[in-house]
Amino acid sequence: MDAVLDNLDIFREGFIQTLRLSLFAAVAALILGTALAAMRVSPVPPLRWAGTAYVETVRNTPLTIVFFFVVFVLPQVDIVFSYFTFAVMALTIYHTALVCEAVRSGVNGVDAGQAEAARALGLTFSQTLRLVVLPQAFRNVVQPLGSVGSALIRNTSIAAAFGVQELTGISQRLTTANPGDVIAVLLAGIVCYLVLTLSLAWAVGLTERRLTRTPR
Amino acid sequence: MRMSLTRSKRRTAPTDAIDTTESTTRAAAGSRPRRPLRGAALLLAAALAGSLALAACGDDDSSDEPAAATATTFPAGSTMAKLQAAGTITVGTKFDQPLFGLKNLRGEPEGFDVEIAKIITDALGIPADKVKFVETVSANREPFIEQHRVDLVVATYTINDKRKQVVDFAGPYYVAGQTLMVRAGETAITGKDTLAGKKVCSVSGSTPAERIRTEAPDAELTLFDVYSKCAEALKAGQVDAVTTDNAILLGLMNSDPGAFKLVGEPFSTEPYGIGLAKGDDQFRAFINDTLTAAYTDGRYEAAYKDTIGKVEPDMPTPPVVDRYTS
Repeated sequence: MDAVLDNLDIFREGFIQTLRLSLFAAVAALILGTALAAMRVSPVPPLRWAGTAYVETVRNTPLTIVFFFVVFVLPQVDIVFSYFTFAVMALTIYHTALVCEAVRSGVNGVDAGQAEAARALGLTFSQTLRLVVLPQAFRNVVQPLGSVGSALIRNTSIAAAFGVQELTGISQRLTTANPGDVIAVLLAGIVCYLVLTLSLAWAVGLTERRLTRTPR
Repeated sequence: MRMSLTRSKRRTAPTDAIDTTESTTRAAAGSRPRRPLRGAALLLAAALAGSLALAACGDDDSSDEPAAATATTFPAGSTMAKLQAAGTITVGTKFDQPLFGLKNLRGEPEGFDVEIAKIITDALGIPADKVKFVETVSANREPFIEQHRVDLVVATYTINDKRKQVVDFAGPYYVAGQTLMVRAGETAITGKDTLAGKKVCSVSGSTPAERIRTEAPDAELTLFDVYSKCAEALKAGQVDAVTTDNAILLGLMNSDPGAFKLVGEPFSTEPYGIGLAKGDDQFRAFINDTLTAAYTDGRYEAAYKDTIGKVEPDMPTPPVVDRYTS
């Protein structure tokens, strides 16, 4: 237990790194994922094909491979950022595909009559999507997006193997330094992850209750 | 892990004499240690009784032993005599440590550790094709020795007091030390005191990573999960140096010839020894004698030149073996 209490500042450092990774990647993936979903439901075939190709490629690639590609292949073509930025990029690339599929499932859940009515009113595709379909779609997918977010938080641990000292990285470091307190250190790490994921679950639940209370 | 340890401890006395063929097959099958068979136990008892009787007679030359392939004869009942009679030996080594113990494309281990092991098995009169190498990773070396799954461990195995409580060490036969590897063209970094503000790479949670924090507190530490990623990052210019034992760094240099070099004096001492069963002083003395002889008659030098020498041609002075008394 002492190993944890004596190193609370190091733990806090790791916690903040994990939180930052999660936040940056979540915001970026939400924006890009929504755009990608729009591509996949758009009437322009090349856009649809590109969207499908991206989703199927990235979603079926292990995240570790995505990390490897970003961290070790990009520098070879002179794209060089800090390892933190690389980690955010890798997490974003991967979770954009997952967000896209969640949003697309929400769009499919919106009654076709809504889009037809919008078109009948003379709205363009982007207006239909922006003003009519997506707002309803998002209400359908609060929980699925929450799951993607929870997965994202846990997936940040892979960054430990790619130069970012976040929660998992500092847990490894503290277990080496305190071989007698391995269990306590790992438990503390788990608690930190739980704090993040359960807070997210709580926020998701709250959001969903609010949205469903809104009259149609 | 704990379970098997305690179990093996209970069996320490009888397993002392388990014949090597059994441990060989067991290791080959990769199965967990089983309770000794009754037949084996009887054989053991017989062997023990026999050797005791011989020892009681003071017949140390064991002239009535079946003639072995070599002229060397060993004291009856000794591990050497048993191994010689069995004509086979199981040696634990690493399979993923370039230049020391690495499984090549033909599936055979090669490297300095493997060559050292061959010097010893050769001195036992065991032909090279009867030496069975099994993989021992860092975490299972002590259990494998205690459970007699291996007769020897030659696996970049640092001698330290904690390990000496459960196994014995012959050697050292090589002294590694933590040092720095930089790009071949690097001039600014010449040692650990020139690292301020530089990016240094190591493996998350490793001992070298912790040591460099105190040795070079002004360096910026980047951590991966394996050293090959550090080498990649060093090559790409993402970090300025990689730090760990020179043995590992030499292996990384070997996989990318001409790209890197070592700089500065080592700032830790890792004496690599040969692990064997605790309390087998006779066997340990034999290995130490063999090593000492190999230092002077060129066998050690040949082993070095064939392996590490390809990357680091200057052979270090062989370390004096430590004939400690436990």
